[in-house]
Amino acid sequence: MRQGSWGFRWLAAAAAVAAVGVWDLVQPGGLARLSGGLFTSDLLIRTGLFTVVLVGLNLLMGYAGQASLGQAAFYGMGAFASAIFTVRARVLGIPPAVAEAWWWPWVVMVLAALAVGAFALVVGLAILRLRGHYLAMATLGLGVIVYIVLRENLGMPHLNLTGGFDGIVGVPRLRVGGVQLWPVQVYFFVVWAAALASMALGLNVVHSPVGRALRALHGSELAAESVGVDVGSLKAKIFALSAALASVAGSLYAHFQAAVVPDTFGFVPSLELVVMSAVGGMSSIWGAPLGALTVLLLEQLLRTHVLGLVPAVSGELEPVVFGAMLVVIMMYWPGGLVSSRRTQAPVWTSR
Amino acid sequence: MTTRVRSAAEPATTEVAARTARGPREHLPAARRAGPRARLGGVAAFVLLGLWLLGRRLGYGPGEYLQLLVDGTVTGAVYALVAVGFAVVYRVTGVINFAQGAFVMLGPMLTVSFFRALGGAGAVALATAALAAVAITAGLAMAVHRFTLHPARGASALTRIIITVGVYISLQGLALRIWGPRPYVLPAFTTLQMADRLLEVGGVVLQAQSLWVWGTGVVAVLALAGFFEGTVVGKAMRACAVNRTAARLMGIPVDRMATLAFGLAGVLGAVAGIVLAPSTRPTYDMGLDLGLKGFVAAIAGGLVSVPGAVAGGLVLGVLESLWAGVTVAGFKDLFAFVMLILLLLSRPQGWLEAGHE
Repeated sequence: MRQGSWGFRWLAAAAAVAAVGVWDLVQPGGLARLSGGLFTSDLLIRTGLFTVVLVGLNLLMGYAGQASLGQAAFYGMGAFASAIFTVRARVLGIPPAVAEAWWWPWVVMVLAALAVGAFALVVGLAILRLRGHYLAMATLGLGVIVYIVLRENLGMPHLNLTGGFDGIVGVPRLRVGGVQLWPVQVYFFVVWAAALASMALGLNVVHSPVGRALRALHGSELAAESVGVDVGSLKAKIFALSAALASVAGSLYAHFQAAVVPDTFGFVPSLELVVMSAVGGMSSIWGAPLGALTVLLLEQLLRTHVLGLVPAVSGELEPVVFGAMLVVIMMYWPGGLVSSRRTQAPVWTSR
Repeated sequence: MTTRVRSAAEPATTEVAARTARGPREHLPAARRAGPRARLGGVAAFVLLGLWLLGRRLGYGPGEYLQLLVDGTVTGAVYALVAVGFAVVYRVTGVINFAQGAFVMLGPMLTVSFFRALGGAGAVALATAALAAVAITAGLAMAVHRFTLHPARGASALTRIIITVGVYISLQGLALRIWGPRPYVLPAFTTLQMADRLLEVGGVVLQAQSLWVWGTGVVAVLALAGFFEGTVVGKAMRACAVNRTAARLMGIPVDRMATLAFGLAGVLGAVAGIVLAPSTRPTYDMGLDLGLKGFVAAIAGGLVSVPGAVAGGLVLGVLESLWAGVTVAGFKDLFAFVMLILLLLSRPQGWLEAGHE
């Protein structure tokens, strides 16, 4: 693929997203009504948020070939950082003049992403030495540890920073100057700007020498090392990038949902991220929005339509179908929806 | 910690060289030779010192520690059974079977249902219910292998892990659908009532159910050892673990052995869940916790060895119990996962060599 050829597709995608956003803005709920209650603003925003996370996850899993079963931890760290530093600013001794300024949440978002990225870099240097399912297990362990620490108030119950099981409510909406980026139809543009930016970033990485180094490392770490790729540092950097992206998405989620609870970032959500990544196609940046949209749509469809048709079956069947879907996709369609044959091959052939 | 981070940053070539050029042990530098064991010892000393310091703050004496230790061996025996299930499946198929947690949950849940269907009273009804539950779980485990992992046997390790995760999510969802979110009660085996008999030995208070847990653990491990050492099928399974291709060439039906390994894991998981159930109240989601802990125990034991898994389970159970005794309740679950990461980091080469990659 030529160096600049993804640019056109990206612009087309951006135009399509903008069109959807403008439509929803001009005629709120119009798209949802037309699609029978499927494409709600809520769903579209969630798709955008997960796109940001999945771009990072795809770079890590699909390109670098390093598993992460704990990615929701970084998503949660971003979300809780934003929530804590805006809602609990007084407890932390942040002067009101700063904490109530419109730019403060944005500063928190950026600093949180940097901090989470740095955390992942340090952790990554240690645990990314592990391979295959040992790495998968270490990331799983990391995810569970972060979840428990969030749930248990960071071990400092007297400060009640994370709010324990109940989490934090009342996270403020984002603003620019005096303009609040709300209602949801406006927030759509914020989230999708982040999603498209992360995709551009991902595509840039993939189509750069770094991307080639990543694929080399995926194929064989030894071979990559022998042709001069600094494997250890490259893996840690990609891990840090994916964590920082997840953190940004988490911050945006906190300001969207206005409330954060630890259960959103536990073990099962980490698995859901892997499912989305696999459904869309791990070794493709375009798989990120596609995987997120497909899985969220299916969940929505299961909740609102299919299960309603079958009598005596409630929404409780959702996880059953979800798990079964995961099994079937991994068995028969491991390349995901987007399978760019050139890059796909190394992922699923056994090493 | 600093040495660990520094060794992480050093070029991977030295690690590779050490792994590929494995000469006689004497030729390795002394530090390298003592490496894994010394580091493991370091981790253990660090952990025990931390536990002791935390306990001193609470003014614990030998009696408290002994109680925590004994309690720990009970949970540890359960972890050990789950861990052995992981190890057996991993040895024969090379798959980390996340669905193991679901087997641990299905055992007691099915037992509760069958026990009620049989009238909800009497030792015979309880035993029948438990046996039926174990048999059904084993059958289900074999079906899981035959219909999901067997068709995907050529896929990468990560793909197969995700498949077992999907199976777990489905089975837990199904359990939620069937049994709902509320906890159930299984009577204690000795009294056949909710309240168990309490024994006191040397100041240590013990539920009678604990004896059942220990006994079951010992019997299960001995039976498994007898199976692997003394029967043709057991030996064939061991052959698959050593070298799948060679085993197939010798006429061993490798795929059927893999299915059988899943059946064994189902039996072990269900039994572990059932003996634990009277003292914990089973719920549809009990498998996640027990499955992950059992997995940590299996990793601690090297993932391929049955005695290792048993030892790993007991050590994890005891340390976790000590940790839970000296810290706030919410942090109890933290221990196993910190230990998981420390263990993985303290001996990566050793375990990578033991793995199938």
